[in-house]
Order: sequence, then structure tokens, then C-alpha cells
Amino acid sequence: MYEILKAQMLAENIYLMDVKAPRVAGSCLPGQFVIVKIDEKGERVPLTICDYDRTEGTVTIVFQIVGGSTARMSKLKAGDAFRDFVGPLGQPSELCKEPIDELKKKKILFVAGGVGTAPVYPQVKWLKENGVDADVIVGAKTQSLLILEDEMKAVAGNLYITTDDGSYVRKGMVTEVIKDLVKEQGHKYDVCIAIGPMIMMKFVCLLTKELDLPTVVSLNPIMVDGTGMCGACRVTVDGEVKFACVDGPEFDGHKVDFDQAMKRQQLYKTEEGRAYLKETEGDTHKGNCGNA
Amino acid sequence: MTHIRATAATLNGKEGLLIMETDVLKRIPISEQDPKARACNFDEVCLGYNEEEAVAEASRCLNCKNARCIQGCPVSIDIPAFVHEVSVKNFEKANSILSDASSLPAVCGRVCPQESQCEGQCIRGIKGDPVSIGKLERFVADWARENNIKPAPPTVKIDKKVAVIGSGPAGLTCAGELAKMGYDVTIFEALHEPGGVLVYGIPEFRLPKSAVVAKEIDNVRALGVKIETNVIIGKSTTIDELMEKESFDAVFIGSGAGLPRFMGIPGESANGVFSANEYLTRSNLMKAFDDDYDTPIRPGKKVAVVGGGNVAMDAARTALRLGADVTVVYRRSEAELPARVEEVHHAKEEGIKFNLLTNPTEILVDENGWVKGMKCVKMELGEPDESGRRSPVVIEGSEFEMELDTVIMSLGTSPNPLISSTTKGLEVNKRKCIVAEEEFGKTSKEGVFAGGDAVTGAATVILAMGAGKAAAHGIDDFLKSR
Repeated sequence: MYEILKAQMLAENIYLMDVKAPRVAGSCLPGQFVIVKIDEKGERVPLTICDYDRTEGTVTIVFQIVGGSTARMSKLKAGDAFRDFVGPLGQPSELCKEPIDELKKKKILFVAGGVGTAPVYPQVKWLKENGVDADVIVGAKTQSLLILEDEMKAVAGNLYITTDDGSYVRKGMVTEVIKDLVKEQGHKYDVCIAIGPMIMMKFVCLLTKELDLPTVVSLNPIMVDGTGMCGACRVTVDGEVKFACVDGPEFDGHKVDFDQAMKRQQLYKTEEGRAYLKETEGDTHKGNCGNA
Repeated sequence: MTHIRATAATLNGKEGLLIMETDVLKRIPISEQDPKARACNFDEVCLGYNEEEAVAEASRCLNCKNARCIQGCPVSIDIPAFVHEVSVKNFEKANSILSDASSLPAVCGRVCPQESQCEGQCIRGIKGDPVSIGKLERFVADWARENNIKPAPPTVKIDKKVAVIGSGPAGLTCAGELAKMGYDVTIFEALHEPGGVLVYGIPEFRLPKSAVVAKEIDNVRALGVKIETNVIIGKSTTIDELMEKESFDAVFIGSGAGLPRFMGIPGESANGVFSANEYLTRSNLMKAFDDDYDTPIRPGKKVAVVGGGNVAMDAARTALRLGADVTVVYRRSEAELPARVEEVHHAKEEGIKFNLLTNPTEILVDENGWVKGMKCVKMELGEPDESGRRSPVVIEGSEFEMELDTVIMSLGTSPNPLISSTTKGLEVNKRKCIVAEEEFGKTSKEGVFAGGDAVTGAATVILAMGAGKAAAHGIDDFLKSR
């Protein structure tokens, strides 16, 4: 069992938890993810690592309710535990592999959307700890869904917030902020790292391609084991099939087939929806031998 | 079914002797769930022998002096000895003979390809049916479990630590053997349940998980083996760290062959195309077939399973039980199907269709990205290839389409490079299999041994067990010589 040391609601349907998992905390790096499973009957839920503390042996996760298992996870409190917590999975962010002196010469722009702010945070923090200031754009639907604002402010160079409905700071999509910074204000960036909903990453990539700005995205596709066993997470990058769990989760955003990736995310929409309905409304369906 | 029971029951009656004399060439039939009923449930297909049946079948054994069956067994079970104990109803003794050689008899009795191993060598098989060694092994193991017989914990303790990576057949066997010798053994398992392919791959209806697999694993634990789940060697920690920081004296790698293969044809990333690994893992490990579990599965209505091995049969029969109309698509003919004859027979009985000498060339995809069909060509058999099997050749102009909503690719698996790529000095071959000496599983790295599918590529449960057992002796020699 993996004990929860802290549980906090960040925004509607978005939760943060610190979990005791010494093996993961001891070996993880920004960009990697974990898989958590609430109990015997829960799903294996992949979540990008949001933060970690090697001395305390804890890993911070942030998740949004999307189905039955995440709905049940949201009810856990400090003192409760996950049955399973495994990782770190996937490749660490490319940034972690570059020599620090090289990184210090670079201007880096992060673009975070919604719950994607969580996986952006450890990368910005890691850079800050290594003496690199990165600019960060955070987009949220509305002010109440904005997460980790103070935390991000503490580690980012410049922080630009935008909301779809204009309820906080400015109105508009993250792409408009990128345009503003690069085209209007003349900021020059060497690399952009975009993490958020698939549709956001797609449009960020379309824009940065136009701006000739290399862009890395972090994909969170459907997966089961997270070690390359099931192949559910396959994604086409530069015409080649890759497994996001072992080859990724980060890829060159200009080469990802987003349309296919978005279709693949729909795969279990009805099944996941059913699990969620069962969680909220009780046992409303029965399946047996195709005669449901 | 009732008929079979009645025949067997008479064996102990007055007519028993007569039947035994006239039918000694035939094996005692095994009772099975009716195909129509079992096509709609996940309960075990084979019901096993009852006591009378087992005793009668065991009495067919000729108790050969030079027992060829033992040579056919990768873990060298003393088959005539245990079968003899069954024939005299000394089941406890039979069990202890089995346990001496095998850590997983209830599993082997169910999934070993006996027809090409022990039973394939049986002298009885020359003029009639070979003795049903597998079904007898299963009977004894089930009897021991039902009578709560546990293996005795080791009497000696050796103060040396061995790490076993992977809790599938190779790892469990290696760990069990080492624990019996007295070593301090810890198994590291990447998934959340121990068992490897026994829990994620082989379906419930062939190998019950909580009733059989979990109990066999409990027996390995009873020998003193510790199992740590959710540890991915190569990620959570590495072999070098285990040896340097956690002071393990030796390591056995039994990480299997978990990576699925795809064909590389157009449309393969469409929604509705699954690897057999994914489909089976969702159903077996995650129990998606059971409504109480959160993990979803998309069973499909019209399903094609591409491939002809045991995994293909498992995927096809799982899809059938989830309500689909299922066709197995295989590029060679029935004679070349790599699956066990029994599995093919069961699949046919249950209503699985076979489209043989057929090869897919493209998955057809609708405008929303979902599978709507599969383009195939017919094949004919040409000259034999390196494997000795006649290789399939495309028949020109034979292209046709199948209407489908789901395609399950079951084309074999290869070893995961996670461990080999993170362990200094561990040699792999061009197929990414770990290079290990066959006799004792020694690898290119000192103190590190390997066996099972991680070394051979996808093979059988029993071959992996044989390799695990051999490596345990290799590790014992290595640690004693230091």
C-alpha cells in the first residue's frame, strides 16, 4: 500500500496528492509518469509526475476526474492509501539530458493547458533549481479551474495567464499569447514545451511550426501496463508507430499525428463513461455474453 | 458429460475389470463444460478427473523402467512414480513427488503441451492413447490444494540474497528452487499482481486465477520467497543498484517476452485494432469481463483474430465469451497452426470460425477512425522455410474483404529491452533476447542469470520453468564457489 500524506482539491474536479512511494521518488525525473490503482477493482491510471521529494520519499500527482476510478480516487484523504503506485515510467524530459551550460544559453517557453499545468511545473522547477529561468504560459477555461498559480509564479521567469472566458488576467487561448509574445513583442525562444489537452497541443504545434519554433509535447494516451506490453498507447510520429509509454511520453510536436491520437483517445469513451455512471448512479447496467 | 461420468463410475463396479481390459488402449475421457454453456461464461472449460477416473487412468501406466516420459518433461518429474501413487490412491505421496520437481503442478497440468512432451513419449501412445499424464498431474495438484497441503518450509538457511526479476513461470520456479535450498529470495514484479503470463495472458477459463494461480503462488511464498510488486527493474531501480546498494549476491532475469508485434499494414492504428496482449490483459489481469471492475474493454461484435498460436486461441475464445462473432485468420493451413490441438478443438467446439491460408493486407477504416473491415489475400503453401514449415505464398488476384469492427493482432511477442538496456555488460542477441547459457542460465554479466522467454523469445510455460530450475542450480553453484 502507498500512503497518501496530503490530499487537496485544486479546482473543481482537479485533485493533488502527495503519495509515499520511496522507490519512485528515488529514481524519477521530470517528464516521467506513474501508474496508480486505487484498489483491487480500480483501473490502472497513468499520471504525469507533478513533483517529488527524494528525502521524504514522496511523489506528487495531480489528476482530473474522467471516469469511475478517478472519481473514487478523488474521495481519498490523507491517511488513506493507493493499492498500487508504480514508476517512474517513460523517458525523462529531454531537458534533463542536456548539459546545464547549454540549457542556460536557451530561451525556453512552456505552454500549459488545464490540468497539463501539473506536469509542466516540475520541469520549470527543475530548470529554476539549475539556474535557468523559463517563461510559462498557463491557460485555463475559467479562473476557478486555474491550478498551481502560486507555485508556478515562484519558479517561472515570466508567467502569462490566460482564461478562455476572460474571467482572470486576459481572455483568449494560449496560442494568442504565443503570437503576442513572439510576433508582437519580439520574444525569441529556442524551444517550446506544450502540455495540455490534445486539441491545445495540436493548435500550439500548428502555430509554432509557422513560427519555426521547435516544440515538444507530452502525450497522455490510453494505456494499460505502461511498460510497452499492451501497445494501446501507440501513436504515429513522423510516419512511424511509437509507444508513448516507453518511447515517450514526450515527442517532437511537429511530427505527431494529432488527428489520429485524438481519435484513439475516444476509444473507451463509452466504457469509461459507463464506469463513471456506475460510480455516481449505482448499478445501472449489466453486461453478459453480449446480451446486455 | 453425464454419460462420461457413468462410464467412469462403472470402473469401480463389477464391470470395471472388463472395461479396463478391453479399453486399456483408450484413455479415460475427461469431463468438460458443455461448449454452448461455456461460450457464455469464464468458468473453467475442463472439469478434471474425479478420484475414480484418476485412479483408473493411472492404472493404464506401464511403469516403464526406462521411462521416456521423464525425458520428455522439461522439469524431469518422476512421472511413473507419481502416477503409480495415484493408482494406489496415495495422493499425498503423489503430490510430494510432483512438488520435488515442479513449483507449479496445478498450472502445468492445465497448460503444458503434454502431447509433444511427456505424453508424446508415452509407450502406451504407440498402439493407443498415451496415459493422460497432464490430467493426472492436475488431479493431484488440485487434490493437494483442496486438502490444504502446503510445501514444507526449508530446514536450512543460507545467508545469501538472490533477486528474481519477474514472477512468471520462470521466476516463480527459480525462486521456489532457491528457497528450497535455503536462499533468501525476493521476486520483483512490474505489474500489480504476481504471476506474469499466468495472470495477464492465459484466460480464466483455461487457468483459474484465484482458485489455482494465486494458490500456487502462495505455495511459493510458503517456502519463504518474498514478492515485491510494482517494481520495474530498469526504471524503479536497476540490476546494478540491486547488487551494489541492496546487496543482492545474484540475480535471475525471468522478465518474459512482453512486447507485442504488429504487422505494419495500413490502418493498424485505427480504433478497434488491439494487440492480443492488450485485449487479454484487460480481460484477465484487469478483469474487464467482470462488471464490478473499472477497466473497460471493447469486446467487439465482429472480431478477427490474426495469428494461429495459443495466444490467438485465448484472444478468440475471450472475445467469443464477451459476445462477439469471431474468426481466426491465419496464413498457413490447419496442420501448421502453432496452437495446441486441444485449444483449436475447444475453439471450434465453441463456435470460433477459421479463415485459414489467409493473410491481411490492410485494415479498412471508417471516417471516424474506427475499423470497418479488413482486406485479405488467400495463400497457398510453397516450399518449406528455415522452420521446416511450408511457407505461405500469395495467390494472385485472390483479394477479398471481411466486414469487421475489431481486429486483434496475435503475431507473437518479443522481450522487453527495459532490462537489457539498463544493465551494464548484459549481452543480447539481434532479436533483443538475453544471451544465456542453456545449461545453467549464465549470462555475460557475473552473478546474473536468465531464463524463459526473455532468453528464448515467446515459448511455453514449462520451458520457462525448466530454465528457471536450471538457473537456480547455476546460481547455487555460483554462490557456493564464491
